[in-house]
Amino acid sequence: MRARRGWAWLWLFFGFLYFFIPLLGTFIFSLHGKRGVLSFAAYHRVFSDPQFLETFGFSLQMAVLTIIVGLCLIIPTVIWIHLRAPWAKPVVETFSLLPFVIPPIVLVFGLIRMYSSPPFQLVSSRLLLVAGYVVLSFPYIYRSVDAGLRAIDLRGLTEAAQSLGASWGTIMFKVVLPNMRVSLLSAAFLTFSIVIGELTLAVMLAWPAFGPYMALVGRDLAYEPAALAILSFLLTWGLIGLIQFASRRMAGSALGGTH
Amino acid sequence: MAFLELNGVVKRFGKNAVVDGFSLDVEEGEFVSFLGGSGCGKTTTLRMIAGFETPTEGSIRINGDEIANVPPNKRGVGMVFQNYALFPNMTVRKNIEFGLKVAKWRPVEIAKRIEEMLSLIHMEELGDRYPHQMSGGQQQRASLARALAVRPKVLLLDEPLSALDAKIRAMLRTEIRVIQKQTGITTIYVTHDQEEALSLSDRIVVMQSGKIEQVGTPFEIYNRPATPFVASFIGNLNILEATVVDAGLGLLSVEGQKVFAAGPVTGGPSVKLSLRPEMLSLEPGAPEANALAGTLDSVVFLGSIVRLGIGVGTREIFLDRFNAPHLALPAVGSRVSVAFPRQACLVTASDAPLVGLGAVHAKAV
Repeated sequence: MRARRGWAWLWLFFGFLYFFIPLLGTFIFSLHGKRGVLSFAAYHRVFSDPQFLETFGFSLQMAVLTIIVGLCLIIPTVIWIHLRAPWAKPVVETFSLLPFVIPPIVLVFGLIRMYSSPPFQLVSSRLLLVAGYVVLSFPYIYRSVDAGLRAIDLRGLTEAAQSLGASWGTIMFKVVLPNMRVSLLSAAFLTFSIVIGELTLAVMLAWPAFGPYMALVGRDLAYEPAALAILSFLLTWGLIGLIQFASRRMAGSALGGTH
Repeated sequence: MAFLELNGVVKRFGKNAVVDGFSLDVEEGEFVSFLGGSGCGKTTTLRMIAGFETPTEGSIRINGDEIANVPPNKRGVGMVFQNYALFPNMTVRKNIEFGLKVAKWRPVEIAKRIEEMLSLIHMEELGDRYPHQMSGGQQQRASLARALAVRPKVLLLDEPLSALDAKIRAMLRTEIRVIQKQTGITTIYVTHDQEEALSLSDRIVVMQSGKIEQVGTPFEIYNRPATPFVASFIGNLNILEATVVDAGLGLLSVEGQKVFAAGPVTGGPSVKLSLRPEMLSLEPGAPEANALAGTLDSVVFLGSIVRLGIGVGTREIFLDRFNAPHLALPAVGSRVSVAFPRQACLVTASDAPLVGLGAVHAKAV
């Protein structure tokens, strides 16, 4: 038993090195922005580039829109499947995997072909970009919402609320959604991290998004891309930490297990 | 006109009729139990009254108003669930408040009503607890308070005690009945537990395969079962093969010994004779009482009662008697005489689907 635990630690150590060494390398490299000394000059230059804020702001907007549209579309669908159409579950689950199977480049060419000529001329509209992002984040949102619904007694809670006179709106906003805050939060953060770094759709539909900006910087500059990579890494980990924090706090209060 | 009327209610899932021609009148303030095994249609019937299922045929009226197609949130029917279904994100107070807010009560009235309900279920101190901070019994009481707070016309309870352990179950059972009497609310109680049904109900509806077998008071159901199913489902039975010797006199022959039924018998030549174990006695009865000679084979202590197994010919008869510290029983293997009054004889056709104690014990072995 002891020996086995020793091995486990060893492998964990190797795994840690595997992830950490490149990160450390990138970080150290990013500090070489000024010749001869270690400094945050590269970071300073990143932040002082107006394009950085512009593109980041744009992608942030798109991410928020994608989260709103995606949740509005998927939450009612999954609730409906859980309550009324359990037979549709495998179908929707298969659909939710399609974005993994179909490369974004195929998706975007399909979108361009479909929506570049009448009756649908949407290629230059942000709507199409958001729609594409909703497709890309579909698997993550679906899975989070599904897990959230599985964790509560959806049927029992809705029936209890109904027998107390509640309408569907009240049931959703007062009973169902508050009990799946954690999973909604994780759906939102996952969607955010996908959209913020997305490249293919943004490039092909010609939007000044953060993904293409990072690619451009990576091609033209040396130290700044490393700084950007570290920044986006910190952002992602910060978000994951937030999910963890929120779920632990909620597990401690309202969502504890039943006895 | 009864307060709650179900008339020819049928529920089909595909071709399969889960509830088949259910008609019942429930008076205001009455406590009625639906009793039956799993799949007998009792829960489906309850859910049709609640509005979670729509009847395929038939009508359901509350106070004269047809509600079969009214959505559940417009029926004024309260429901208590087996797994409590309290809102996990709300305290007991908020749970009780929920329905009152939906019904747009005035805040002052809401506050008053919440305290009223908390004192009704003796949980004044626990109002600010979340469901996961309470025991199952407490959760179920909270859920009862939540359902009653909005003053529903009818209260439905779907096996509310089956997730609780035996002690709490018995306690909460009494409490449910007290609260029901206090509030005078018309109540339908679904259970598979005959003890619950017998102890709580004004009337019991025994169901099997979607149909009503018998409707009656606990006393009627237990002592005058209308069908063989009811006889074997409620209480325990010894089932013996018997041949009719004289149908008019009600004279039967069981394992070569004479037994008189309470009246004329039909369905001969061979019939089934059922006897409740607690109707039998080792002490000699009245002169006209029946007596079967046999051998004491086994003695099993079941707590408050002692179950004696007595071999009569090729059959085993079980006899229940109260346990007592000074209980003197004949030694196992000794000859005994089992006495029982003629009224204890329940005679049915030989092909009646009865499940007796013998079968239960045989399975247990």
